[in-house]
Amino acid sequence: MKSLEELRKLREDSIKNIEMRNTDKDIRIVVGMATCGISAGARPVLSTLVEEVAKRNLNNVQVVQTGCIGMCTYEPIVEIYTPNNEKVTYIHVDSEKAKRIVLEHIVNGNVINEYTIGSVK
Amino acid sequence: MKIFRSHVLVCGGTGCTSSKSDLIKKRFEEKIKEVNLDDEIQVIATGCFGLCEVGPVVIIYPEGSFYARMTVDRVDEIVEEHLLKGRIVKKYLFEESTKDDIIKSLGDVDFYKKQKRVALRNCGVINPENINEYIARDGYMALGKVLTEMSSEEVIKLIKDSGLKGRGGAGFSTGMKWSFAAPNESDQKYVICNADEGDPGAFMDRSVLEGDPHSVLEAMAIAGYAIGATKGFIYVRAEYPIAVHRLEIAIKQARELGLLGSKLFETDFDFDVEIRLGAGAFVCGEETALMQSIEGKRGMSRNKPPFPANKGLWGKPTIINNVETLANVPQIIIKGPEWFKSFGTAKSPGTKVFALGGKINNTGLVEVPMGTTLREVIYDIGGGCPNGKEFKAVQTGGPSGGCLTKDHLDTQIDYENLVALGSMMGSGGMIVMDEDNCMVDIARFFLDFTVDESCGKCTPCREGTKRMLEILDKITEGKGTMEDLDKLEKLAINIKETSLCGLGQTAPNPVLSTLKYFRDEYEAHVIDKRCPAGVCQSLLRYIITMNCKGCTKCARVCPVGAIEGKVKEVHIINQDKCIKCGACMDACSFHAIIKK
Repeated sequence: MKSLEELRKLREDSIKNIEMRNTDKDIRIVVGMATCGISAGARPVLSTLVEEVAKRNLNNVQVVQTGCIGMCTYEPIVEIYTPNNEKVTYIHVDSEKAKRIVLEHIVNGNVINEYTIGSVK
Repeated sequence: MKIFRSHVLVCGGTGCTSSKSDLIKKRFEEKIKEVNLDDEIQVIATGCFGLCEVGPVVIIYPEGSFYARMTVDRVDEIVEEHLLKGRIVKKYLFEESTKDDIIKSLGDVDFYKKQKRVALRNCGVINPENINEYIARDGYMALGKVLTEMSSEEVIKLIKDSGLKGRGGAGFSTGMKWSFAAPNESDQKYVICNADEGDPGAFMDRSVLEGDPHSVLEAMAIAGYAIGATKGFIYVRAEYPIAVHRLEIAIKQARELGLLGSKLFETDFDFDVEIRLGAGAFVCGEETALMQSIEGKRGMSRNKPPFPANKGLWGKPTIINNVETLANVPQIIIKGPEWFKSFGTAKSPGTKVFALGGKINNTGLVEVPMGTTLREVIYDIGGGCPNGKEFKAVQTGGPSGGCLTKDHLDTQIDYENLVALGSMMGSGGMIVMDEDNCMVDIARFFLDFTVDESCGKCTPCREGTKRMLEILDKITEGKGTMEDLDKLEKLAINIKETSLCGLGQTAPNPVLSTLKYFRDEYEAHVIDKRCPAGVCQSLLRYIITMNCKGCTKCARVCPVGAIEGKVKEVHIINQDKCIKCGACMDACSFHAIIKK
């Protein structure tokens, strides 16, 4: 260890790995991971979301999985819960869409309407 | 660095390991590999989570799901449901975490609500065998700050200002201790970490070493810088193999990263640590005996002064701090003395870790701000006595402490209050007793321990405690007299005043405190030849009541043939033959046998 600076850098890198164990976060990204979700391709979506959140140091965001959300034809489904308990449901999500959701919705605060369930109805 | 989407934390403390948490971790790894999730999910062994009663404990993040009483057979289902499909397996969760049908994460269950974790901040959170996880939690930042921004005097002043007191028991100001050693001129000084935790029922230090070994290493280096020492020793019991193993790993990793060794943080400061194993002698927790033991001699205490700060290990200035004391130091440096004083009491700032044991629902490790009442610890956190039994007493401070009663439940726990009541903080063992415990027997138990553990150097302790034990034996056998009680009290006071070291000076505490608060129980043994709690074998009588259906079961199990009676008639126990083993009472299906 050369300097305090070097230690700080190592700390920044290491934090990403244990940040997940902090359950006290404002924004929750929930991925449907029941059989229907998995067969529709939810697994790579989940991985992409986890990676994107870590890459951008979004310490306020928790990515969790859940069971069947109940709308199997729309899987993979990703729900975003924000502090004021608003929920946005994205459907037919793939890795590319997941990246955009993190960037536009989580980082910039703009809901991507065309991906939401509202766009179907 | 690879990012995992889920972390499975398996408690790797001694408690959970002894109930096979290592096999549970292994099965998680195997099963996760089988379902091809091994590059998405990480399995980690951590230190103690605290709630040992419901171990082995597994926590899965990011949800923070708290699985209690885990077994190897439950692993597959949890992997398939929770990790693969995202469905938390409710039936295996810790009951309290599903109260009101809302699943709460670890931090929200009652057991943790009144706790404040400073010394235990990383236990159960990080992988103790991975230095990066400690660094992620601000690890070694305090050492870096001290070495690059502060003078030794400033470090000592900061610790003094925080009001941190020795958590090993005596409660001496840590900053003062350091300030005594700092000005001494010497070619070599030492820092010793006292990890010789010997109190029956205490495991705070072990848990810190197992769950967060780096915090102790970091603090030792800070202490070394403060007093001008370049060498540290950790004196730890050989009975703590997991702690020793993790310390060895931690020292190796710290050396590799240059956080121990020479020219730390590019300054001129060198510091390194070595482990010394103790053979498990209670007296070796006493600082002068501990140093003798490190020097390779028989662990016996000596007179003070000279104090170790002036003449310690090999005659060189030495400071000895307990594990828990050290674990507080890095946080105090980073967050400042005012932060530390913002909780706890005016005279005893900060928190204290207690090992809750005995007749209590939530056996385990708790850390609370000083000034928390005994009632809060025993009822709100500990969940009270199991099986609806009534609380009778709590023993604080290990074998050197005293027993406190129901009347003391609202006492705010700090060093001063406990001593005023005839007990002490000690290292933090807290053993709860219910109505089924005989206080004379408890006093006898602790004295039996100190008699075994006395080093034998000074007469009051070697001979005196033995005589006290003989009197207690006599009383529990129903042969005691009222003179014996006076003699016992006199002896106790004498030993307290004349013994050489802390062991002898505190050994009579359990006897004195029980004599004070439970004198009626002693008198029942002496005058009525009766043990009110029904514990002391010699004073018990097993009696068959009219509920007896004459099934002959009791007569058949009695090893000495003391039970007579015809089939379908009430049986009788021959008291002269009875050896009071209780086998008949266990065998009786009709609750017809009582002891009194």
